[in-house]
Formats: sequence, C-alpha cells, structure tokens
Amino acid sequence: MNAASQSEGALIQRVLAGESELFHELIRPYEKLVYVTILTMVRNEAEAEDGAQETMINAFRHLKAFRGEAKFSTWLVTIAMNEGRKRLRKVKVAAEDPLEELTEEKEGDFTPAVLTDWREIPVEALERKELRKKLREAVEVLPEKYREVFVLRDIEGLNQEETAAALGINVTLVKVRLHRARMMLQKHLVPYLKSEAPGRGGFFRRWFQ
Amino acid sequence: MKLDCKHVWEHISGYLDQQLDPALLESVERHLESCEVCSAILDSTRNILVLTADDRTYELPVGYSERLHAKLEAVIAAGNQD
Repeated sequence: MNAASQSEGALIQRVLAGESELFHELIRPYEKLVYVTILTMVRNEAEAEDGAQETMINAFRHLKAFRGEAKFSTWLVTIAMNEGRKRLRKVKVAAEDPLEELTEEKEGDFTPAVLTDWREIPVEALERKELRKKLREAVEVLPEKYREVFVLRDIEGLNQEETAAALGINVTLVKVRLHRARMMLQKHLVPYLKSEAPGRGGFFRRWFQ
Repeated sequence: MKLDCKHVWEHISGYLDQQLDPALLESVERHLESCEVCSAILDSTRNILVLTADDRTYELPVGYSERLHAKLEAVIAAGNQD
C-alpha cells in the first residue's frame, strides 16, 4: 500500500469516526472521474453533474459499506456507473446520428481503417477543438461493454486490475474489449485524424512515445 | 516469427500498452519497420490515446466543484443534526 492510499484509508476512518467534514478532502481527487463516467453514459452535462452529486452523496451515506477490499476510486466508479444507468433508464437519450460501423460491431473480426493520405500534420490536428468533440461523440456511441472499458482505462487511467474489479470482469476481457474499443475509435476517427508519413522514426512517434 | 498485417493489428493495443512479450514485440517491430499501412494504423491509434488523455477533451463545467461541495456541505450538515 502506498502513502497516498494509506492516508486515504486514514481519511476514511476519520470520516467514519465522525469527522464528516473530511469527506470533502476524500473525494476531491475523484471529482472528474465520477463526472466523466456518468457523462459518457448519459451524454448530457447537466445530467452528468446531477449524477456526480448524487454519487458523492451516496458515497458519503454508505461509506460504512466500503470495506477497503477494493480501491476507493473503484468503489466510487461502481456507484457512479449505477447512477448513470439509473439516469439512462429515466431519460430517453435521443440517439443522434448513430454510427453504423460502431454499433454494428460484432464479436468477431474487425479491421482498422487504412489510411490513404498522410499529409496532414498531426500535432495541428490534435489541437483542433472539433476533433476533441468528434472523439467524445465516437466514445458515446461505442457499444456499452467497450465504452465502459475505454472510459475507465484510457480516459480515467485506471489500471487493468482496477478496471476489471469495477466492471466485475476478468483482466483478459478488459484487454480484449479495450483493444476493440480503440480499434473502433480508430476506424471512426481516421477521416479526422490523419497521420504523418509513416515508417520508422516517424516524426509523430518521436514526439509521443 | 513473421507476422502479416492482420496479426499485427491484433497486437496494436498491447503494443501501445507495452504488454507484448519480447519475442512478439520484436516481430511486431520488424513488421512495422517495413509496413507503412500498419505504422499508420499504429500512429493514428496512438493519436487517439494522446487526444483522449488531453485534459481539454473532457472538461468539467465551470463551477462544478463549488456546486458539488456546497451540496455535500448541506448533506453533511443535515446529517450532523440528526
């Protein structure tokens, strides 16, 4: 157990022992985690904010039920996902412009999109606001089981074991679904995300590896 | 071990996460050296991960944190009165 999780454990004990005010400090590192988890499910900022508040309130009220077997962040994600699902059932999300190749993805083979034009400078492409929006939209329409894994691993930076624990699946399945999610996103986003001239020692690879 | 493109695609995610075992890693890298198509797929996938990790891709609404803590404050205060 590292220092951070040790002090987190101590913080939890103190909150439970009556220092309720410390709950503010306890959840501060996870404000974004909880919000983004719900946002990618409900696709509405106001709804995600309400959901995040509910999640934290629930976490406060049920903190006693947190046993410390999972990480606190994983426990919060689980509550956030339940909150997101509850809201999804309630709110009819208008499915706008469904992306066929994403929603029709089958369990079997997939093929990444092959690039045909490598002229665009990727660093500039990455600066485009529009591209970030396209990415958010593409994430939103991923089939749920792939989206969940992508959100936890690549957006929120949970490791494989934490992701597996939060979703109640094994690590192998986390890897498989993450790979498919990334390939589906690649396929969808390639028209907006052209790469630089490929090959060994590519300019972009030097920058970001 | 000589890999064709389809096999390399299966390992793109593992490659990016640095999870390939040494023998497989070597085969994938050797393929990438000579295959522009796979290199481009790898680069574009990596671009997506760079973009995903960009703080600006998912931003919190203005005032989000303040509202959250105000709400919690109210709940905590109410709890303490019970």
